[in-house]
Amino acid sequence: MIAAHLPILQIILPLLAAPICVLIRPQKFVWPFVLIVSWATLGLAAMMLNQVLLSGPISYALGGWEAPWGIEYRVDLLNAFVILLVALIGAVVLTYAPESVKREIDGDRQPYFYAAFLLCLTGLLGICITGDAFNVFVFLEISSLSTYGLISLGRDRRALTAAYNYLILGTIGATFILIGIGLMYMMTGTLNMADLASRLQGVNHTRTIQVAFAFLSVGLTLKLALFPLHIWLPNAYTYAPSVVTAFIAATATKVSVYVFLRFVFTIFGADFAFGTMHIDYLLLPLALAGIFVASAVAIYQSNLKRLLAYSSVAQIGYIMLGISFGTITGLTAGIVHLFNHALMKGALFLAVGSIFLRINSVQLDDLSGLGKRLPVTSFAFVLAGLGLIGVPLTVGFISKWYLLLAAIEAGWWPVAVLVLISSLMALVYIWRFVETAYFRPVPDDAPPVSEAPLLMQIPMWLLIALAIGLGVQTSLTAGIAQRAALWLLAGAP
Amino acid sequence: MSNFISDISLQINLVDIVLLTILIVVAVAVIRVRDLFEAVVLLGIFSLLSACIFTTLDAVDVAFTEAAVGAGISTVLFLATLTLTAREEKAQYSHSWSGFIVCTLTGGALIYGTLDMPHFGDPDAPIHQHVAPRYIVESPEEIGVPNMVTSVLASYRGYDTLGETTVIFTAGLTVLLLLRRDRRSHNRIASPPTAETTDRRGSHVMHHAMVLRVMSKLFIPLILLFALYVQFHGDFGPGGGFQAGVIFAAAFVLYALIYGVEAAQRVAPPARVQVFVALGLLLYIGTGLASLFAGGNFLEYKVLAHEASHGEHIGILFIELGVGITVAAVIINTFFYFAGRGRA
Repeated sequence: MIAAHLPILQIILPLLAAPICVLIRPQKFVWPFVLIVSWATLGLAAMMLNQVLLSGPISYALGGWEAPWGIEYRVDLLNAFVILLVALIGAVVLTYAPESVKREIDGDRQPYFYAAFLLCLTGLLGICITGDAFNVFVFLEISSLSTYGLISLGRDRRALTAAYNYLILGTIGATFILIGIGLMYMMTGTLNMADLASRLQGVNHTRTIQVAFAFLSVGLTLKLALFPLHIWLPNAYTYAPSVVTAFIAATATKVSVYVFLRFVFTIFGADFAFGTMHIDYLLLPLALAGIFVASAVAIYQSNLKRLLAYSSVAQIGYIMLGISFGTITGLTAGIVHLFNHALMKGALFLAVGSIFLRINSVQLDDLSGLGKRLPVTSFAFVLAGLGLIGVPLTVGFISKWYLLLAAIEAGWWPVAVLVLISSLMALVYIWRFVETAYFRPVPDDAPPVSEAPLLMQIPMWLLIALAIGLGVQTSLTAGIAQRAALWLLAGAP
Repeated sequence: MSNFISDISLQINLVDIVLLTILIVVAVAVIRVRDLFEAVVLLGIFSLLSACIFTTLDAVDVAFTEAAVGAGISTVLFLATLTLTAREEKAQYSHSWSGFIVCTLTGGALIYGTLDMPHFGDPDAPIHQHVAPRYIVESPEEIGVPNMVTSVLASYRGYDTLGETTVIFTAGLTVLLLLRRDRRSHNRIASPPTAETTDRRGSHVMHHAMVLRVMSKLFIPLILLFALYVQFHGDFGPGGGFQAGVIFAAAFVLYALIYGVEAAQRVAPPARVQVFVALGLLLYIGTGLASLFAGGNFLEYKVLAHEASHGEHIGILFIELGVGITVAAVIINTFFYFAGRGRA
């Protein structure tokens, strides 16, 4: 039974667990319960990817109504891959969570916090798995609303303003997406993605569909934080509780990138998006601008979390740069970096969470001599940081490699050079941490501290092990990304 | 005959034009007024006008929701917020050119998009030709429910409705996360108040409004009854769980407004209400799982009974009840947190 209903169980399991969290007494059982649910969700995701690899795309008719009358779940290689990523990060972060959450969130709110976390996970997974355009919007609302709530829980009162700004901008983004979906529905009479793809062929010369495309693109680039629509991101990442930052930095923008890929390539088709609408004219310069501006801003940050937040904006630039080529190699680069960046940024923010737990600050000034005070955590940060720069034998190198290949293949030498230069900028902002941690003395009045507990170390090192292991054994992620890119460009839904 | 038809369409257009014109005037007024109380009332009017427009479009279920949520509950929540903040907007006379340009571009794009739209009410438009015919022709057979909107919302696209119920649940949870205080002061809100505090606050609220006190006592049972009618009659007429939940909650909100929040919390203790927030959603998911265990797909109601349409009836009954419970509990809970915040 599990095999036949895999797609729905993937969503229902965390969804069912969220209201149960609110009811569990005594409250100390909430976290163990959530932990089991999150790892079971990851298990289901692995089973599903395996099934897709073995026997091709899965379709599941919700309510037993066949598409386009009912809602369809449709899992192919691309979304199975993204679902595995989201479930993995969810399980890892929740394993890491209890100590950090105890420190940063009031005891009374913790069960509700875990419930909101599961809802966010459900929303993100639901966005990825569905084959129905409106259903994407519904789950986008679930993940967005819970994210706003989670961000607002940060200890710093500025978390409230950050969450509020994100609420306003995120709602504008979601509204744009809804307008786009509405206009498509008006012109085709359907909401099913595969059905939309075939029926749009007849009407995609109309101005209504072109406007729909524009609204969807703008709404999605806002949600995925492409420069210059990234302005909600730095504050949200900086002031959110550590575990929330780690989770959303590794998943939320990635899922939005997935939706962008799905709408642009599967629904509208590369011919329309690139041939008629010339979306690459907009994506390429914005992606490059994002890489350079955000990297430059990151260099001058004094708050480690904010530094990494700007770095995220730059890294999203790399993902979108790959996509903007519109070629198989470019898409492969984008998809593989989507996965790799999630691993690296997840590990980095988990390291920052451990630092905050012990030092009670993430200001670079307070981290002098951290290499001596917290040697293990500092080393973890540096290792993950190497990936961000793109040093060989890390996953970051694989991403950059495909990106360079794509640029050269397209004959855009200057872009390849710019990618290399920008890697040096990543080196500079990671170096700022290295310099502070290893080349500055420990302040005399610094109290001795111990490393974060093992339960926080293990998840962090798991992500780092993956970030290095998958950099050595490249065929796994890059292979899947390449096959997914082929699928997308073939236009097969 | 054709004269007659064009007469009718002219009339409809006239109604639309008048309603839409007032809508624009109200929208501009909402932006212009500095008094937030006026803005809230105008927003209520805006919602009511939208509900009228939905009615002229024959979308009565949507109109019902808009009237109950937009004009009703939102207005109350806005007003509850206003009691905590200032009534006047802070004067800010900055003119943002970038904002103006973005708004103009967005508006321009929307208008540009209308140029190739199918004509208003065109029977050949894609939305009337592709999936809709099956909903219209087959749903009385397949689902056995006269209200097609209910068929689509609760069965064909019942999974979206589960998603929407989850959105409501998430919203309620977020309010809890944000406004919940630490254990000590929270207990003060939740614990049954003593007679003395109730009396003092009760007199503070509406002690002398005898007419309101008597009338509300007459109305509240009727409101609750009407909510149940909307809940269980949604298969046949406009209505369903969402609207019923809102109306049910409105009775509690009215009681709290007239007799004080503490009195209302004695009727519906917050801890109990929170359980119902979760229970409604669990009932919905449980119905889906029941059809999974009965051998169908998730939310495939027809396997719930020996006969397909009977199964559909049972499924729709339970999920609508789940929606109603969660919506009512979330609204009551949210109102308690908003209204109780200034006092404790």
